[in-house]
Amino acid sequence: MGTDSVLVGCGAGFSGDRLDAAAPVVRSLIRAKRPAAIMFETLGERTLALAQLARMENPDKGYEPLLERLLAPILEACLQHNIRILGNFGAANPLAAAKAIAGLGRRLGCRPMRIAAVQGDDLVAAGQLGALEDESGRPLAFGPVISANAYLGAAPLVEALQAGADIVVSGRVADPSLALAPFIHHHGWALDDWQRLACGTLAGHLLECGAQVTGGYYADPGFKDVPDPHDIGFPIVAMQGDGDFTIGKADTGGGLVDRHTVTEQILYEIHDPSRYLTPDVTLDITNVELDDSVQNEVRVRGAVGHARPERLKVTVGYDGGWLGEGEISYAGPNAAARAKLALDVIRRRIGPDISMRGDIIGVASVFNDDAGQWLSQHMAPSSDVRLRIAVSSPDRAIAARAAEEVLALYTCGPAGGGGARGNTRRRIATASAYIRRDLVKTRIEMLE
Amino acid sequence: MNRTPHISGLEVPLHSIAHGRTGDKGNRLNVSVIAYRPEYYPVICEQVTVERIAALFAHRRISAVRRFELPKLWALNFVIDDVLEGGVNDALNLDGHGKTHSFLVLSLPIRLPEGMRPIINKTEETVK
Repeated sequence: MGTDSVLVGCGAGFSGDRLDAAAPVVRSLIRAKRPAAIMFETLGERTLALAQLARMENPDKGYEPLLERLLAPILEACLQHNIRILGNFGAANPLAAAKAIAGLGRRLGCRPMRIAAVQGDDLVAAGQLGALEDESGRPLAFGPVISANAYLGAAPLVEALQAGADIVVSGRVADPSLALAPFIHHHGWALDDWQRLACGTLAGHLLECGAQVTGGYYADPGFKDVPDPHDIGFPIVAMQGDGDFTIGKADTGGGLVDRHTVTEQILYEIHDPSRYLTPDVTLDITNVELDDSVQNEVRVRGAVGHARPERLKVTVGYDGGWLGEGEISYAGPNAAARAKLALDVIRRRIGPDISMRGDIIGVASVFNDDAGQWLSQHMAPSSDVRLRIAVSSPDRAIAARAAEEVLALYTCGPAGGGGARGNTRRRIATASAYIRRDLVKTRIEMLE
Repeated sequence: MNRTPHISGLEVPLHSIAHGRTGDKGNRLNVSVIAYRPEYYPVICEQVTVERIAALFAHRRISAVRRFELPKLWALNFVIDDVLEGGVNDALNLDGHGKTHSFLVLSLPIRLPEGMRPIINKTEETVK
């Protein structure tokens, strides 16, 4: 690895990731004595709509609920060693998140810091819902929306770093951009240097899901074994000025980085590998080559870049109605047949006009289909199964019938059902749209 | 692509020569199929076809399957449209992300060329 490299580690790959993962990353970054940053990716497709609802209830909320617990273990060390922190944990309210971080810093006795809140992804606030288009450019109209956020790229994050931010807090940005920004900032890459932006985006894509590239979501005992999977080191990329990079991991006892873990993550959520679109670049991974001759370190070369897309992707969140679920177990002789009978009874009672599904966990819990075709083809005797009923409807009372009908099996259903549980909950639905890039105005608010 | 392997050897699940992972976007799923060793890659290219993947997911009423070849990564990438019964937002199924479906693909039977062996299951070795 060249001496000019910058290190970027990942501290969280989704909202709900291990809270103790970031500290070993920061310790490894400090030991390396190189310019470094750490990124946190905590936004799923629906997370922002949920955050928007939280903000409507309380204008000081609407950011990642675990923000303080994510940053408390590392904030002081990062500030002391000038390790920049970037995260989309601002969710629906980056400014409130920035204030929360400032408060956390005061409580921990940290040095004064500059926190940048990146704004402009929120298209509801910007009054730009009318500018939404579908994939082929036709205008799209939505009913009442909860949230609509454009995927920003690395540019506003770079602007924040150049303004001296120790911490950059955003809402919706493309996940790889959180890593690409410190690469651009450190190496002084141009925002139309498609070749280098492609390399940085590929590195960001590998980092963005945390442990998924270092042996997490990978183990298959006997076939793909991962050392100490209870203590997986999260990933760290060392990026050279020319775009060549290596990916390794924080120096914990656990985890694994080799060509196989890296290949699984390269292709994660990729469609056409010659055209992976981000706000920053069009990435072609067709000719990527991996070298894993060093233990727990993979050298990645061969990403190719083309001009960025003219439009930004938008995720729109809206009310998705209600989902009801009910479950009950059958065990011992003829258990699967009794569960199947219970399913038939409930289907008959709920009727064909309501959207309903039944699975028999222990026979087919996930490969089944809504019509039950897979289940009927794969029915087999089993001595311990659990029937699961799901009903969706815009009407809460109808969705609640899943739990009600399962509960009533106690007295009216087949013999020996037990352990009934049920729940009915509201759902958020999301849809994708597009918007012309020039209609999305970003701005940085700096908290000192 | 390399020459067609001669088909007359062992029948094994794809799982014993390849691994994979799924990713979802809306109602679209991608499934990677990655050879454990480069010599398995041509066998996988030949036998893990668009038609077989489409048949495997027919019960989900899919609308399209595309296959992309990545020989330098020893990998195929399948993109399957409308397989998630609405996707993570709308589906009634337990796994709206389709995360478990990589292992449905890995259950496909593969006929190995004569003389080719699958990878060794280390757990079975030690359990024995």
